[in-house]
Formats: sequence, C-alpha cells, structure tokens
Amino acid sequence: MFVLAVTGAIFAIVFSLLVYAVAKFRRRNDDGREPPQVYGSNQVEVAWTVIPILIVVALFMATARVIAIVQKTSPPSNAIEVTAIGHQFWWEYRYPDLGVVTANELHVPVSDPAHPSLTFLKLLSADTDHSFWVPRLGGKTDLIPNHPNSMWIDPHEAGLYLGQCAQYCGTQHAKMLLRVYVQPREEFDRWIQQQRQPASISDVVSEGRRVFETTACINCHAVAGTVANGRFGPDLTHLMSRETIAAGAAPNTPESLRLWIQKPEAIKPGSLMPAMELNDRELDAVTAYLETLR
Amino acid sequence: MSTDSITWPHTETAAYPLVDKLHEWVATVDHKRLGILYIIYALVFLVIGGIEAGIMRIQLIRAHNDFVSPQVFNRMFTMHGTTMIFFVVMPLVFGFANYLVPLMIGARDMAFPRLNAFSFWLTAFAGLLLYFSLVGANGLYGAGNAPDVGWFAYAPLTSRTFSVGHSTDFWTLALLVSGFGSIGTAINILTTILCMRCPGMSLAKMPLLAWLNLVMAGLVILAVSPLTAAQLMLVVDRYLGGHFFDTQAGGSAVIWMHFFWVFGHPEVYVLVIPAFAFASEIIPVFSRKAIFGYPVMVAATICIGFIGMSVWAHHMFTVGMSSSANTFFVLSTMAIAVPTGIKIFNWLATMWGGKIEFKTPMLFCVAFLFQFLVAGLTGIMLGSAPFNWQLGNSYFVVAHFHYVIVGAILFTIFGAFYYWFPKMSGKMYSETLGKLHFWLFLIGFHLTFDFMHIPGLLGMPRRIYTYEPGRGWDVWNLIVTIGVFFQALGIVVFVANLVWSYFKGETAGSDPWDAWTLEWSTPSPPPAYNFAVIPTIKSRRPLWDLKHPADPDWKYE
Repeated sequence: MFVLAVTGAIFAIVFSLLVYAVAKFRRRNDDGREPPQVYGSNQVEVAWTVIPILIVVALFMATARVIAIVQKTSPPSNAIEVTAIGHQFWWEYRYPDLGVVTANELHVPVSDPAHPSLTFLKLLSADTDHSFWVPRLGGKTDLIPNHPNSMWIDPHEAGLYLGQCAQYCGTQHAKMLLRVYVQPREEFDRWIQQQRQPASISDVVSEGRRVFETTACINCHAVAGTVANGRFGPDLTHLMSRETIAAGAAPNTPESLRLWIQKPEAIKPGSLMPAMELNDRELDAVTAYLETLR
Repeated sequence: MSTDSITWPHTETAAYPLVDKLHEWVATVDHKRLGILYIIYALVFLVIGGIEAGIMRIQLIRAHNDFVSPQVFNRMFTMHGTTMIFFVVMPLVFGFANYLVPLMIGARDMAFPRLNAFSFWLTAFAGLLLYFSLVGANGLYGAGNAPDVGWFAYAPLTSRTFSVGHSTDFWTLALLVSGFGSIGTAINILTTILCMRCPGMSLAKMPLLAWLNLVMAGLVILAVSPLTAAQLMLVVDRYLGGHFFDTQAGGSAVIWMHFFWVFGHPEVYVLVIPAFAFASEIIPVFSRKAIFGYPVMVAATICIGFIGMSVWAHHMFTVGMSSSANTFFVLSTMAIAVPTGIKIFNWLATMWGGKIEFKTPMLFCVAFLFQFLVAGLTGIMLGSAPFNWQLGNSYFVVAHFHYVIVGAILFTIFGAFYYWFPKMSGKMYSETLGKLHFWLFLIGFHLTFDFMHIPGLLGMPRRIYTYEPGRGWDVWNLIVTIGVFFQALGIVVFVANLVWSYFKGETAGSDPWDAWTLEWSTPSPPPAYNFAVIPTIKSRRPLWDLKHPADPDWKYE
C-alpha cells in the first residue's frame, strides 16, 4: 500500500510536469532565433538525485520489513502441514500428520484471528517447475524439482478460493487449476475423517473394478486397499468427494468422467492421461465403478 | 572542417545488373550497409513476431476460445518472445549503432569491418535457424514443431525427458549462434568508440549516443556471454550426458534461472540504453536546446550499467530464495530507479524553456517519456518482493515489460527511424503518414497494454492458452485484443511510409533538422567511407559551432 501511494504520487507529479512542459514550450510565432542554451545546473541536479535516493531508502525499509515478516522460518506448533506436489498437470496434496492423500482440491481449516491456525505448505515438484498461486490467499511460490520450498496461508474466511499454476510447466499449463476449500474447523475435521476411510468396495460394480484393475489404469492411479497403487496420476480412493476432475478442468459428473476416460483430449488436449480405448460396455462399467469411490 | 567527401566511381553508375547490386550487399563490409541490413532484417522479423502476437491475442479474445490448440499457442509465445528480443530489438539496436556510431564520432568505418559483416551474418542465420524448426522439429510430448518451452526455457522442461524432439535444439543453437554474433558486434562497437574518434573528440565531447552505445556494448559482452555459455551447457545436457540442469540426476533448475536472468535483466538495459540514446539526440534537436546536464547523463548511464548487472534475481522472487537474498535484490532494483529518474528529469529539463517542434520523431520521444515513467513506476512496484509474490508471472508483469519494450524502446526506435531516415535514404518521409502511424500506434499501445495490467491484478497468469469464464478477465482481454489491430494498422502505415518515401519522397538534403552532430555534415546518404577529410571538433555540438560562430559551444563546456 505504501509502495502504491508513493509511486502514485511520483506519477502524478512528474506526469503533470511533463504535460506542462509539452504544452508550454511548443514552438509558436517563430522568430527564427534559437532559445537560450542551458547546459545544466548543479543545484537542480543534486536535488533530483538526493530526493529519489531518500524515497528509495524509505520504500526499501518498508519492503524489507514485510519480507522479514512473510518469510517465517518455522511453522507454529498448531499449524496444519500439507505437502503439495506439482505434477504435469495436476496437484497432489498429502497431509502427513493426518494420513490423507488427495488431489487437486485442497481443504484447509479457517483460521480465527484470535487463535490463528495456519496452514504450512511444503512445495515439491515431481517433474517440471510449477507455481502455487491462489491470489486471495497469498503470494505465489514456485514448486521446483530438487528444490523444496515452503509457504504458509492464514485464511480468515470460509469459502472456495480459486487459483492456478503460475509457472509455465508444459502443454497444459493453462488447465492446471487450483481449488482451495477453506472450511470451519468441524467441517474440516469431518472431511479428514471421511478421507481416512478405506475405499468403499461394492459387489454391484465388480465388472468395472475388474476392468480398472486389469488395464493400464492402475499404472498411474491408486485406490487404497486394492491392487491399484500407481503414483503418476491422482489418487482415486475418494474420487467422488471431489467436485471437479482433471485439475479443475471439468465438473465431476458421470458424463465428463466417461468422456475423460474415453477421450481426454476433448477436455484437456496434451494432458498425460491417455485415451483408454475401452469399448462402450467397459467404459460404462469403469465409470460406474469410479462413481462408487466416495 | 569539410563537408566534402570522396565519391567512388562505381556508386555513381546507375545501370548495372541487379545480381551485381545484390552481390555488393551480401559481400559488403561497409558499416552503413550492414546497419541497413540489420534494420531491414529486423523489420521482417518484427512483422513475423507481430503476427505471432496477433494469433495469441485472437485466441485469448474470450474464455474457452479454440482458435488455436494449446500446442500452437505455446509455440507462439515462445517464438514471439525469442523473435522480438533476439531477432527484432537487438538487430535494430545494433543496426542503428552500426550506422550511426562511426558517422557521429567522425570515423570512416567500424574498427573491424570484416568482423562486423561476420557478426551480422551470424545473427541473420541464427534467425533463419530458429524458424527452420517449423520445417524439421518436434517439441514437448504431443506437440508438433517449433520451440515451445517459453522464451526463458526453464529447466527441466528443456531436458530430453520433457522436450523429446529437436525443437529445443533449434532454439538453443539459434541463441548460441546469435550470441556469438552479438558479442562480435559489441566488441566492434566498443573498440570503434574507444579508438576511432576524430581529433578533438575526447570522451567527454562524444555525442551522448556514442556514450550510451559504449555502455550498451559493455553490457552485451557481460550479459550475453553467460547466456551463450548456458546454451552450451544445455547442449551438453541434452546430447553428451551432462547433468547441469537435469533435476532427475541431481542437476539444478535454479542454476538455469540464474544463468538466464543474469543475462535477461542486463539485456533489458542493452535494449533500453540505446533507446535512451535516441531520445538524447532527438529531444535536444526538436527542443532547440543543448542536452541538460551532459556529465550527469553519462554518469547515470554508467550507473545503470553497473547496477543493472546486480538486479537479475528480482525475476526470481518466487523461487524461494532466502529473505536476505530477496532483500538485497529489492534494494538493488529500487536503487536503479535513481539514475533512471535523473535521466527523465534531464530530458524534461532539456525541453523546459525550449521551442519544441512536434515532428514525428519528437512525438515518439515525448510518448516515450510518458510511457517510460509509467513503466518505471510499475517496475518499482514489481521490484518490491511482496508485491512480486502476488503479481510475478501474471499479466501485470507482461503489461509492465511490454510498456518498457514497446512503450519505451520501440517508440524511440520509431522516432529514430523517422529522424535518421532522411540521412539513410536521402529522401524525406511523409510527415502526414508519420503522424498517422504515431496516433494509430499510440491508441493501439494504450488499449492493449494499459488494460493488460488489470487481468494481472485479478489473478490471470501469463502463458495460458485459455481461461475459465467468470474470473472477471473476459472484458479486459477483449479490449487488449482490439488494441492489437490498431497497432498492426500503425505498422502497415509505417512500412508503407518508408517504402513510398524511399521511391517517391522529396530529396532531404544533408541536414533537414538543422541538427548539431557530425552525421549531418555528410551528404544524404553518406558516401562510402563517410568523410573525405576527417573532421576536427572542439565541442559536443560541432555543427552548432559551425552555424553560430559568434556563440560556439566550446566556450561553455
């Protein structure tokens, strides 16, 4: 804010000086004589060197203070710790203390200003550079392979906060969207409880489960408690608890789920999810199976 | 001093075969011809880079547009950035330096004419090599040809794991080759200015343009060398099993960022200092006053050169540097505002009390002053790290650096085109078309780049081929795209003006602006080897002394 005010003031002053000069000193009724030649003035030049130096010192002090506050080194003891891992082109979230693994939709508790409960994010990358940016929750921090980073957020209001990857990471950089659900504490605890349940197993969809577990799906996706333990793609144990698929690129409806399995490039061209080449019956069965993963 | 010159017989003969003429241009080592080659070459790439920008803007005109695929969009922004920096603005800067520096310091050619030709052809073939990728390369997984890793090509996206085809190789090799070209030209400019000045021209009596190009050339040597080295390291990584930037084998992505930006930020000054140079020649002539505070202008330029080498990591505030490193780069970045501010004040003081004549070159320079002011202030905002954590890599940044590169650099380059076109061609351009170009481009520029700040503030990151509706970005993107058409129209008028004036324009005479530096003492266009008799000068404005024998400059300097 201080920076903004100072730059705004400088802009106003210099801009008006420029306008004045341009308007006042136009050539009029030319008498053919050159104007008086002025080569410089030490006093004036010292003045417009020293004043900017003072302004810069003030701006620098203000900025340095903010940097020191924001770049805290250690999380407070009651902070929620989340490991966010950037993948081409989706987000993996792990809550190491709470035993939860999920994808693309981050849930954090709301933080009461009186008793702040911050969320500390440890930022890693599985492949290329990414950047975690949810504008209304804080600045961005990059996720760089071999270079762990961290940041913290302190959301005071519940709600859904949108953002997206802010460092070019490959073909589908544009559809690597971020969704952060800030929830009241009880709601957040309920969500954690629910995420810790094992995958629901239903006999009704055994056909779909068989297709899922005997095709390439399990190379990349995991469903806790089954043979599927791939790690390249999002964990699907509680897929249906999420509102979107494909890192926010489509709503989580049976239709878009089916389309995503059949023809991913229709939703997200260039993503690493391959078209599964299943026949209609298998497609319906797999979709039905995934629909039970609540 | 004499304004006569040697006339060489073969330049006088009118009718000889076109092939011979072309051969003369290809085999030339004349600094003026090489300068013009650089400039024409850059204009061709300006149009190509502009078309790439247009394609991107049409794609972003509304949410979920499908004018081009993400693969094509990614190639467009990579090629646009690379083209505009390395094959448009740098060649323009080198072209004008090549043409003007020997003329303005009273020399007959550059210090190393053959190196000069060699450097130009390296740069020229590097540009062709980059575009040859359209014919023979493959990019990221699933993508087609042409580089698509972004113009700063962050590791590890450039490793063979993520960039399997040859498009990244074309990019790397094109920059490697043009890097050698740039370094060669920089050495040439540096040597020419230091060793070839005419009698009487001490360093303190050089035209500001020569001073600023001296600093520019020094920066090129310091900045382009690490970039060229990094390209070699990347080639080693990709083909010889190196692991400099290969994060899967313990390499560091952050090292590439440092290599790139230790080039990338001084590069901004490489481009903007010549822009300052043009403004420092044009503003005094059209205000009819000597430049205000010449020694301070020189000192400020050298200051910018030095501080400019120590600000690079302000491009990396979000990569997780320690808070002390962040604080240092905030300080150095803000410090650079001081010498730049001094320059703006000095140009203003030059205009103050003058008799300003708003010919096209001056219009472009006045617009430059306004726009550079804004660009400098948004620069200070972005230089403040906490601000940058929010706005870095967003459209606010894109708007900011286009304000510098288009609003400041390209505007003064247009001014320079109109100012020196009569010298280069011997013909006067059309003032009406020039002003039309100015106003069209001004309107287009402000529609595009003023409004581009807003989606950035609203959280729109750069380099996305599409965006979701309902984030409040749509209307701003529409306005931004509309501005592009005005700019394109302006460029059409500009090129038409140059072509038309070259063939049909009035004869300009040797000194149409009643100017004061040595190039205006030669005929237009200047003959081969420029000066029949090397001039001897006594002040910074030799032609002022000649025109006002009763009140010469050297009495006051």
